[in-house]
Amino acid sequence: MSAPALSTRGLAKSFGSLVVAKDIEINLPKGVRYALIGPNGAGKTTLINLMTGMLAPNQGKIFLGDEDITELEPQQRVRRGLARTFQINTLFPGLNALEAVTLAVCERRGISGQFWQNISVHREAIEEAYEILVRLRLGESCYQPTRELPYGRQRLLEIALALATRPKVLLLDEPAAGVPQEESGDIFEAVEDLSQDITLLFIEHDMHVVFRFASHIIVMVGGAIFTAGSPAEIAADPRVREVYLGTRSHG
Amino acid sequence: MIPQSGNRFSDKIMRRQDAMANTAGAAKPQLYLRSLSRWRPIEIAFWLATLLPFVLFPDYLSLASQIAIAALFALSLDLILGYAGIVSLGHAAFFGIGAYTAGLFSKFVWGELFSGMLVAAAMAALVGYASSFIIARFRHLTLIMITLGLGLLLHEAANSANWLTGGSDGLQGVQAWPLLGLFKFDLYGTTAYAYSLAVLFFVFLAARRLINSPFGLSLRGIRENWMRMPAIGAASRAHIRKIYTISAAIAGIAGALIAQTTKTVSLEALSFERSADVLVMLVLGGAGRLYGGLIGALIFLVARDRFSGIAPQFWYFWIGIMLVAVVIFLPNGILGGLSNILSRRNRS
Repeated sequence: MSAPALSTRGLAKSFGSLVVAKDIEINLPKGVRYALIGPNGAGKTTLINLMTGMLAPNQGKIFLGDEDITELEPQQRVRRGLARTFQINTLFPGLNALEAVTLAVCERRGISGQFWQNISVHREAIEEAYEILVRLRLGESCYQPTRELPYGRQRLLEIALALATRPKVLLLDEPAAGVPQEESGDIFEAVEDLSQDITLLFIEHDMHVVFRFASHIIVMVGGAIFTAGSPAEIAADPRVREVYLGTRSHG
Repeated sequence: MIPQSGNRFSDKIMRRQDAMANTAGAAKPQLYLRSLSRWRPIEIAFWLATLLPFVLFPDYLSLASQIAIAALFALSLDLILGYAGIVSLGHAAFFGIGAYTAGLFSKFVWGELFSGMLVAAAMAALVGYASSFIIARFRHLTLIMITLGLGLLLHEAANSANWLTGGSDGLQGVQAWPLLGLFKFDLYGTTAYAYSLAVLFFVFLAARRLINSPFGLSLRGIRENWMRMPAIGAASRAHIRKIYTISAAIAGIAGALIAQTTKTVSLEALSFERSADVLVMLVLGGAGRLYGGLIGALIFLVARDRFSGIAPQFWYFWIGIMLVAVVIFLPNGILGGLSNILSRRNRS
């Protein structure tokens, strides 16, 4: 039996008396597509921050494969294959998409400290970056400064930057946040096209998107895992409807 | 960022074009990145123009030498401020260390120029590397205060180490052998300017290479979004330690030049005023574009020369006005303003 790609054991975090994560146990098997849902303030983004090391937990452990990564710095986790995107664009405004993704590729390849050769010498790194951009349909606009890109393309660049780290596990924090509903499908189609080797966990509020793209669903409420299961099980669970969907008549 | 209208994000045609770009232009990204570091005619013109003082202003070569040294110092600050976003108000520390090291080296070892300069660079780099462990942990105001504090600390240390530095009287007995064994440092500053300019040029070449390297790209990443860097697995702190050390070494070289060309080192080399002046030069010229510090040093020192001729007490008044005007009307410095005008003209 192989270890799950990412798992947590008894993860807990509180700010003073405010409990934002309590006793979180998650096992993400390799290659699955998990959706993480829950009402606002349920602690979904906090959980991603804990797993990626942007927040330190008060208790509990985080494992990437067999390795305990609880004490590692964020960049060390990224280098071991745990990447994330941000709900609010966290990009490099003055770099264009090609430069930004090449930067991430160079960091992963360990050539980013190299200061005596022109960057264009590193042809393989540049081509790898460009391939990622083309895969996410950013090939045409990759010479435009990031700050001038249409918002939807900036959301795709978020994913491109994460992919450049060659993640084993990718955590997407509302990848289509702020994108008009008719375009959010494009973002998730790009997500769906990702390699099946990448284990995915995404936060999303649009239930149509969740049921269409997720193979499993985790429901969080009040900083704790409320329930988890297949989309069919979650859809049929009346308690989920109550806490999350609000009314029984919905959907 | 506000979502733009007219976004053809879901346009199928765009996707097909992307697919075509993939097959047709696989080498294009590489060529594009290479083209960014190509020498432009205006750069070549700039460096040719630096030779003009020999012909046009032979009486001002000492000033020209001061400008070249200040430009080198500003270049060193640009590498950390303009490229990595590290604000320093104590950069004179490394300038002063370089100046005193070169001065003492010439006094107690010998007056050969290049070995003196190398020792000065190494000493400044060593202190830069040691302090970089503190620098890499902080940002913004904390960082400004730390660099300011370290600078003041060193200034006072040099002041009290009278036996070594000469204290407020300055370091006496600095010697400089003729450049390449041929050219003596003359009263007119011809050799001084030739020497300073040559060193500036070669260090500039190295800096230019650095900013167009993968390391240079990482530095821009740190400047553009420090928070994102860990999330792409970047070792930001290691990058900051490295560029801070390199910048300190270059500031040390500038300090060595001032010791060797003026044959004296005063406490002023370590002063807060020197740290502040170099920051003003860089902001005037425009940070983050290599030439900004060079242009800024030129404008600052020529202005000081002119204004102090009019009213010796009040020349800072005019510098103050210039600084305020530039940051209000040209937030990216004089060079930034010029490049905006040029790109607007090209578009229309």
